[in-house]
Amino acid sequence: MTTITDNALQARIEAAQRQLDEHTYEIVQWHFHESTGCPFWLEKKRSLKFDPLTEIRCFEDLQKFPPFEDDWLRGGPVERWRPRAYANRPTFVFETGGTTGIPKSRVVIEDHRIDYELFSDTLPDQYFPRNSNWLMLGPSGPRRLRLAVEHLCQYRGGICFCIDLDPRWVIKLIKKGWMEHLEAYKQHCIDQAITILTAGHQIKCMFATPKLLDALCLSLEARGTNLRELGVTGIFSGGTEFTPQWTRYCVEELLGGPPEESGIYMTPTYGNTLMGLACSKPISAADKYKITYYAPQPRAVTEVVSFDDPRQIVGFGQTGRVKLTTLTKEFFVPGFLERDEGEREEPCELYPWPGVSGVRPFHQLAESTTVGVY
Amino acid sequence: MIELAPLRWGKPYESLETIEVNHFFTGEPMARIGTVNGGIVTRDLRQAHKARAVLRQFSIDDLIQRAGRAAELFESGTLTVGSGPQSPDDFVRQQSASTGLPEHMCRGNIQKNAFVLKNMAQILDALTRGLDLSILSRGYGKESRDVIVSFQAQSPVLGAVLPNNSPGVHTLWLPVVPLQIGLALKPGSQEPWTAYRIAAAFAEAGIPPECISLYPGGHDVGQAILGGCQRSMIFGSLQTVAQYAGNPKVQVHGPGFSKIFLGDDCVDRWPDFLDVMVESILSNGGRSCINASNIFASRHTREIAAALAERLGPIDALPPTDPQAALAAFTTPGMGASVWKMLESDLRESGVEHITEPYGPRLVEHPRCAYLRPMIVHADSPEQAIVAKEFMFPFATVVQCPQAEMIARAGYTLVGTAITENEQWIQELADATNIDRLNIGPIPTNRLNWLQPHEGNLIDFLFRSRALQMAAAHPALASVC
Repeated sequence: MTTITDNALQARIEAAQRQLDEHTYEIVQWHFHESTGCPFWLEKKRSLKFDPLTEIRCFEDLQKFPPFEDDWLRGGPVERWRPRAYANRPTFVFETGGTTGIPKSRVVIEDHRIDYELFSDTLPDQYFPRNSNWLMLGPSGPRRLRLAVEHLCQYRGGICFCIDLDPRWVIKLIKKGWMEHLEAYKQHCIDQAITILTAGHQIKCMFATPKLLDALCLSLEARGTNLRELGVTGIFSGGTEFTPQWTRYCVEELLGGPPEESGIYMTPTYGNTLMGLACSKPISAADKYKITYYAPQPRAVTEVVSFDDPRQIVGFGQTGRVKLTTLTKEFFVPGFLERDEGEREEPCELYPWPGVSGVRPFHQLAESTTVGVY
Repeated sequence: MIELAPLRWGKPYESLETIEVNHFFTGEPMARIGTVNGGIVTRDLRQAHKARAVLRQFSIDDLIQRAGRAAELFESGTLTVGSGPQSPDDFVRQQSASTGLPEHMCRGNIQKNAFVLKNMAQILDALTRGLDLSILSRGYGKESRDVIVSFQAQSPVLGAVLPNNSPGVHTLWLPVVPLQIGLALKPGSQEPWTAYRIAAAFAEAGIPPECISLYPGGHDVGQAILGGCQRSMIFGSLQTVAQYAGNPKVQVHGPGFSKIFLGDDCVDRWPDFLDVMVESILSNGGRSCINASNIFASRHTREIAAALAERLGPIDALPPTDPQAALAAFTTPGMGASVWKMLESDLRESGVEHITEPYGPRLVEHPRCAYLRPMIVHADSPEQAIVAKEFMFPFATVVQCPQAEMIARAGYTLVGTAITENEQWIQELADATNIDRLNIGPIPTNRLNWLQPHEGNLIDFLFRSRALQMAAAHPALASVC
């Protein structure tokens, strides 16, 4: 990999930073201007000790904002988050998992489409062939992911098949200790997937959560077949279970080896309703399946910050909490502390801005977090 | 620092994820353990039949002999465990360092495990009530009374989710391999040592390594073992017990709530039984399910409690290397303080009295661990909530209760020692289905006779007695005569 000392890379890093600063200025102007901003931020502006329109000129200036509280995203009216400029546009509302009371919600006009179109550019056509059909083996209901994957598929010229999956019920089953029901529900999802995969729809690509991908491969194996035989060549997946060890298990044991051997390319992703989708550098055995995510800058930025002081970015290779900033015309979130932690990674040629590796549940919250199917 | 890799049917697996086991007092790293995920377990268990197949290449008698050799190696050999050699002294130091158990108790557990391995023939004879063991191997055979019987193995392997921090339970699964059944174990996160050393001793004794899998990991590994094995054991809390109650595939080992019942005919002689009571409460640091957590008596309960407090109250936390150390440390951060907080709440109930209070504070906190010194509580009725509590340190409630109500009030009792000569009451005790192991007379609850089944007969769990008929002239009949 090219190192940070390389002049060309350094130039790209600086260009990316300039782009981020310009984008930040533009987005803050948009959200805090009376004619375009959303009621929440226009109201919030009155309580700020600075004027965002004049004092936020670059990304670093976002530190002036107080910490973003996730409770601001809970409850209604959800319209307070819709920018006035989009008042007459058809609007979606997407919710997070909802494992702890009222779920966080986010309004979206077309961000999910834009994010996944950008993500589409990172998928290799060899394994995610254009015009091929997809299976969405993940949560349905009020989640962004289901519509986003469907759009990704359609954007690439295919038709997307989906299953019914309610992750909140899964969380309840786990908390109640109803493991038999949990197993039965998982099997119910897998049965739906196998029915679709074996019904002659020529599905070549899929999204799957790690747990469902695992269960799907094991179920197929028990039936004497596998994803390769069924024609699947490209999988994208996501979740904090994506450890190097799990990835190794997935590639070596579930899929049958690296893409050049198995014919199946699997790419991990890290994302959520608030941010969109961070891509991973290609994974390999030579790199011990290390997974490093890079946010889709400048639309979203992930930073790794000190556990004690979220304004302090940790050094490269050091561990900290993931801090997220979303900068789109539809949604502005400065400095949201995620429920995850990881190590800060150096920029690379493909993504000339810092990344994060080893993403896992934030250790101080991990005890109370129930990881379900995604 | 020793490195322990997961064993997938005997083959070490180089995991990309590890957990570190640290010394409970100094924090010094003791071991690095590779972990697996549940999916690996599920996939491996599809090959479980091979574990039984490889063991069936040996006769049960042969495996019993090899278990005896493994006992010697386990007890006194230097074995290759994980990345390096491990002597018995290394083992004791490592186990004590990660569990907080005093070293002399770790040595005691070595002897207990070795005893079971050495006496496997007698133990299996007792567990099968004298069955010709070749019948278990083949699945059918002819008994001495000239009748064909069949015992069908219900699973090619036994799965076990071992407790995080209780080195005393391993004797339960040791007879499995000589019965030609493989093992898929999730070792305890703080006590991986015994499972690894037993596996090493078995291999060194000539038992095929591919009959054992060791899967360190998280909750998903436990779930995969329980879901993928037709027969499994799990050790856990009351919640775990409730979760698996009625599941024929899972034998669940929870709190023991072991008790001593002093009959009305013997209770006036209570000082004669004080040693039995002290040993039952204190042995193995009070950490076992076979430690007594209640003393039931109809009278003299305050005197009994005071005498127990006088013996147990002054016991202090000593370094684990001290041969006199009687207490084990709580090595999970905050656990000791949290247990003490629960106790303080229970002690506020009217009719409940803390008898060891005059002997100084019970909670002893250190930067990385905590101890709870022995505690004796008096309850004037079995209704008190504290009577139904069991903790991982020497703790017992002396309960005032009429003899006629004792059995009904006792609830589930893993080991019940009844000190009585009243034949009618002995009969009632023998009939009581809430008492698992019954000791008649002054036998400490912790003294188990390994020729008796423990919490359900392993043979009944692993094998099904079923009908098998053969035609009179069938050639196979000759082989069973």
